Amino acid sequence: MDRRDFLKAIAVAGATITIKPSKAMHVLMQKTTAAPATGTVDMVAVMGGEPAEMFQRAIGELGGIKQFIKAGQRVVVKPNIGWDKKPELAGNTNPELVAEITRQCLAAGAREVVVFDHTCDECRKTYKTSGIEEAAREAGATVVHADQESRYRPVSLPMGKNLKETKVHEAILDCDAWINVPILKHHGGANLSISMKNYMGIVWDRPYFHSHDLQQCIADVCTFSKKPVLNVVDAYRLLKTNGPQGRAASDAVLTKAIFISHDIVAVDTAAARFFNQVREMPLEKVGHLANGEALQLGTMNLDKLNVKRVKL
Amino acid sequence: MLKRARAIVSIVTCALVTFYFIDFAELSPRPLGWLTRIQLLPALLAGSALVIVIAWVVLTLAVGRVYCSGICPMGIFQDVVAWISRRAGKRKRYRYRPPRVYTRGIALIVPALLFFLGYPLLLGLVDPYSAYGRMTTALFRPLYLAGNNLLEMIFSSFNNHAFYRVGIFVHDPFSLGIALLTLAGIGVLAWRGGRTWCNTLCPVGAFLGLLGRWSLFKIRLDAGKCTRCGACAAKCKAGCISSKDKSVDSSRCVACFNCLDACRFNAIGFTPAVGRRSRGSVDASRRQFLLASATIPAALASRPLERLAGTGNRRKASPVLPPGAVSREHLSRHCTSCHLCVSKCPSRVLKPAFMEYGLAGMMQPVVHYERGFCNYNCTVCGEVCPNGAIRALTTEQKQMTRIGRVVFTEELCIVITDGTSCGACSEHCPTQAVTMVPREGGLTSPRVDPSICVGCGGCEYICPVRPRRAIHVEGLPVQSERAAFKEEDEKEIVIDDFGF
Repeated sequence: MDRRDFLKAIAVAGATITIKPSKAMHVLMQKTTAAPATGTVDMVAVMGGEPAEMFQRAIGELGGIKQFIKAGQRVVVKPNIGWDKKPELAGNTNPELVAEITRQCLAAGAREVVVFDHTCDECRKTYKTSGIEEAAREAGATVVHADQESRYRPVSLPMGKNLKETKVHEAILDCDAWINVPILKHHGGANLSISMKNYMGIVWDRPYFHSHDLQQCIADVCTFSKKPVLNVVDAYRLLKTNGPQGRAASDAVLTKAIFISHDIVAVDTAAARFFNQVREMPLEKVGHLANGEALQLGTMNLDKLNVKRVKL
Repeated sequence: MLKRARAIVSIVTCALVTFYFIDFAELSPRPLGWLTRIQLLPALLAGSALVIVIAWVVLTLAVGRVYCSGICPMGIFQDVVAWISRRAGKRKRYRYRPPRVYTRGIALIVPALLFFLGYPLLLGLVDPYSAYGRMTTALFRPLYLAGNNLLEMIFSSFNNHAFYRVGIFVHDPFSLGIALLTLAGIGVLAWRGGRTWCNTLCPVGAFLGLLGRWSLFKIRLDAGKCTRCGACAAKCKAGCISSKDKSVDSSRCVACFNCLDACRFNAIGFTPAVGRRSRGSVDASRRQFLLASATIPAALASRPLERLAGTGNRRKASPVLPPGAVSREHLSRHCTSCHLCVSKCPSRVLKPAFMEYGLAGMMQPVVHYERGFCNYNCTVCGEVCPNGAIRALTTEQKQMTRIGRVVFTEELCIVITDGTSCGACSEHCPTQAVTMVPREGGLTSPRVDPSICVGCGGCEYICPVRPRRAIHVEGLPVQSERAAFKEEDEKEIVIDDFGF
C-alpha cells in the first residue's frame, strides 16, 4: 500500500463515518417479513409509536410498500386536508405520516407522488396550516391544488345507488395507483369520517352528497372503479368531538394508532371500533359502513379477516 | 434631474401599489401596505394616521404637490396614459388652460359635506386612490389572474406545478361598471390633456392645490428672461403655465418638473424666492359638476335592475359587515371603497355592496357567502385596510367577533324533508354554534346556538337546500363578542387496546 492508497482509504472511511441515518434510510432497514404461514394478512393495526414508525411497521407486516407500488408508477397520496387547523387539533391527517408514505413510494421507484385534497376551508391556508404541504414537499411529493372545477372530470358509477356519476379530480384519474390516508374523526353529518368519507375529497360536487342521502352517497362514491391500493387510517390523534373540524385542543385525543388495509369497509370498521373506546358511536349509526358492505366494497366482519395487531 | 427623480419615484410607487393590490399569492412583503396608508384621504380617515396628513401638508407647503406627482397612483396612471398619447400619432402640445376655481371648490366641498352627512358614496367615487384601487381590483386584477392561469397551463403541461390555477370572476357588476367608467373617463381626459382630472374634480388635488399656492419652493418664471416662446407651457400637463402672462398657477402645478428642461433661456426654475401670485379668471364648469352629480340618479335607477337579477337565495334583512368594521356607522364614516379588502380576501367573501347598505353605502365592502365563507383564523381585511374602516384584529379577537348570527329554518332542512343524513352546516361551523343532535332513526339534525355564532357563513355557504337555504346568517348592525365556549370537564383518556 503506497501512501496515496492509504490516504484514499482514510478519506473513504472518513466519509462513511459522516453518514447519519436519515428518515429515508428507515426504508432500507425495515422488516419485510412475508405474511404468516396461516395466510396473507388482510389488515394491520399498530399502536404506541410515532406516525412514521407505526407506518413502517405496518407496511412491513404487509410485505413492504413494493407489494402495492411498482417502479415507474404515478402515485397519489390522498390525505384528509379539510380544515385550516394545526396538526395538534386533529382536523387533518398527520403530516409526518403523509411524508413517510411519500418517501416510501419514491423509494419503491414511483415516478411521481402527488398529494392533494379538495379542502373545505380556503385551499392555500389549509394546505399551509395543516403542515401537510410543507412535509409532503420536503419528502419529494408534488402538492397540487384542487379548488378549481376545471381540474375535475366526470366519471360514471354504475354500481352506485343514489350517486350515478360525479366529477373526480384529474390527479386520481391520471395516476397509476393511489393511497387513501384519512384521519379518524367524529363527524356531525356522517357520524364518523374515516377512509370511505375521505373519498369526498376527490370529488367536486359535495353538496349533491348531502342532498341525496349522505350515508348512501359515501358508499356509492367508493364503488368508483379505481380503488386505492391501500387505506391508511391515521389515528395518531383522533378527533373525538365537534368533528370534522374540531374547535379546541380538547376535542383531540392522542391515541397513537394506525390501521392499514386494502379492505376499506374493514379498516373503517376497525377504526370505528377503536373510536368507541374513546366515545360511544354505534356502528349502525355510521350508515355508510353497512351501505358499503351491501355494495360489496368489503366486510364489517373482522373475524373473517386475518388481522395482525402490533403494539410498539 | 428633478424630473428624472420624480419619474422614477412615481413609476416605482405606482407599480408597487398596483402589485400590492393584485397580488393574490401573498408574494408582496407586508411593508408595501404603507404605500396605501400614506395616501392622503385614507390617512385622514384612519384618524390614527394624522401624522401622515400633517406630513403631507408640511411637504406640500414646502415643495408643492409632490404627492400628486409621485405618490397618488391615479395621478401616475394619468401620466402613463398621457405619455403613451404623446408618443402615439402626432406629437401633441399641452396648452394653458384657464383655472376652474368653482369646479374645484365644489369638488372639494360637496363630497366632503355629503360624507359628513353620512353619504360616503360621492367622496369614494372621486377620491383618486380609491378610484384607482377599484380600477385595479375590477380590471387589472383579472388580467393578472388570467396571466397566472396562462402560465399555469404552460408549466403544468410540462408537469411543473409552480403555478396554480385561480378563479376569475366579477365581484359586483355595478362596481365593475364604475371602474370601467373611471378608466374611460379619466383615461380620455388624460389622453387629451394630461392632468385635467387632478385640477377639476379631484378633491385631493383641490385640497393640495390650496396649499400649493403658498409653497415655499415652486416653479417660477423669470419675467425678465422669458421670451413667451411657450416651450414650457407645451410640456405642462397640468396646463398651468401661461406664457402670455409669464405666470404659473401654482395651485394647479403637480410638481412634475417637465417644464424645467424645456426652457432655452433659463427663465424657469424651481426656486424658493417669493414671486407674484397668479390669479386666474373665473370659470365654473357647470357641465362637469352636473356629470358628477348624474351618477346619483343613475345609481338610483339601477335598483330595480338588481331586483330582477336576484340570486335566488334569500335577501338578508341585515347585511353582514366585514369582521372589524365595528358597525354600519363606523364603516360608513371611514370607508372610501378602495376595494383593497375585496381584492385581498382569500376566501372571496367580500364584495363591493350594491344596495345592501342602501344608496349611501354603495361599493363599500359587504360579506356574502356565494363563493365561500369567512375563514375563522383569517384577519386579512383588517390588516390591509388603510382607512381604519375595518380594524385590524388579532386572531384571538377575530375568533370572538360576531359579524352575524345564524338562523335555522327547520322545515327546509334535508334531514327533516328527506329523512337522510346531512350535517354539512355543522361540519363547517368553527364554533359549533350549529351542532347535530340525535333524532329518531340514527339521524342527527342541526341545533343552533346563536350566542356562540360568529357569523362566518360556513353553514349558509354549504347548505345544499335550494332555492332557499335551510340555514343562513343575518348581519349584525353593530358587531359584538360571542359567548365563551362551555368546555366539558377534561378527563384524561388513555387507550391501550385496539377495541376489536
